[in-house]
Amino acid sequence: MREVLSDIERWRSEGKRVALARVVALEGSGPRLPGATMVVSEAGDVAGSVSGGCVEGAVVTEALDVLAGDGTPKLCTFGYSDDEAFAVGLTCGGTIRVFVEPLTW
Amino acid sequence: MVTGLFDSLASAIRNQEPVALAEVVEIAEGVPASLLGAKILVRPGPPPEVLGSLGDPDLDRVVVRDAVGELSAGLTATRHYGVHGEARARDLSVFIESFAPPPRMIIFGAVDFTAALAKVGKVLGYRVTVCDARPVFATRARFPMADEVVVAWPDKHLAEVGGSLGGRDVVCVLTHDPKFDVPAIVSALATDVGYLGAMGSRRTTDERNQRLRAAGVTDEGLARVMGPIGLDIGARTPEETAVAICAEIIARRTGREAPSLRDRPGPIHRDHAAALTD
Repeated sequence: MREVLSDIERWRSEGKRVALARVVALEGSGPRLPGATMVVSEAGDVAGSVSGGCVEGAVVTEALDVLAGDGTPKLCTFGYSDDEAFAVGLTCGGTIRVFVEPLTW
Repeated sequence: MVTGLFDSLASAIRNQEPVALAEVVEIAEGVPASLLGAKILVRPGPPPEVLGSLGDPDLDRVVVRDAVGELSAGLTATRHYGVHGEARARDLSVFIESFAPPPRMIIFGAVDFTAALAKVGKVLGYRVTVCDARPVFATRARFPMADEVVVAWPDKHLAEVGGSLGGRDVVCVLTHDPKFDVPAIVSALATDVGYLGAMGSRRTTDERNQRLRAAGVTDEGLARVMGPIGLDIGARTPEETAVAICAEIIARRTGREAPSLRDRPGPIHRDHAAALTD
């Protein structure tokens, strides 16, 4: 959170709405611990990270969806699956849960 | 929805004041959807200062209590509750994130290795203090990367701040001069500091250990002192030595033996709780 505070404040001062995505759970191997934070502005600006790069793109999409929606937050799960070769997941085999919400508070 | 909560959180994080954010991140069927994303911000107090609500006074009370507990341990965790705070229910998952002030690294001795160690300490998120009794050497100009440069005898400085040191904090004694390092180590041993390292050759270390014994330090106390300081990675330069010291600090905190990852089996990430919290 600490590392994205300035980005959040700058985007908000520019009148942009912001979504906050935080890792809230981690099972197995994973590069970032619970609390790892990524922020996305409605203009598509991105700061911070929630993984080693594997799911950042998918989280940006979820964040923009949440901003475009009715304000309801969303808990997203990203894991590894042999069955879904093209699904978004962590190559390291872990599962992370990312809570995505509009920063309206 | 309480507004202004983020500003309070940002201000506490910036001012390095302990604060915890508890937020409902998952709800069971039948629980009002409006609770998802409900949050409270807790400053530990005492008494705890609370901003926001999870919609039920009993739930708020237990979550605030748990948030204060997680924060004092510097831990971040998800806990489950009933809608009125019942402990065994799982109606709500509440993510409690602790924003503890950064751990401290106190470096005694304003020597050439100090600047490199202060730099790496900053990279790892420590609040770094450089302390030396000699005003000529302990200057801001020489250690611009440190959060604080203190001109004082090590034992005097620890008499002031030692009581607040805990398991996340580290003390590195780089003076390798018995006049400074014996009182520094004796004072550091009287604290709860998590890591205590002392620089010096094998000979310096042997001589220092004799002086420490003469000063009344027990076997148990000596066993706490990591000296010669650092992991055995063949470090030579101040920068390499700083990496060797910081790698040892991490390995001691996590209780690992620190061989190369390639040379042993097992998961790369094991103990999440032992990680340095932000």
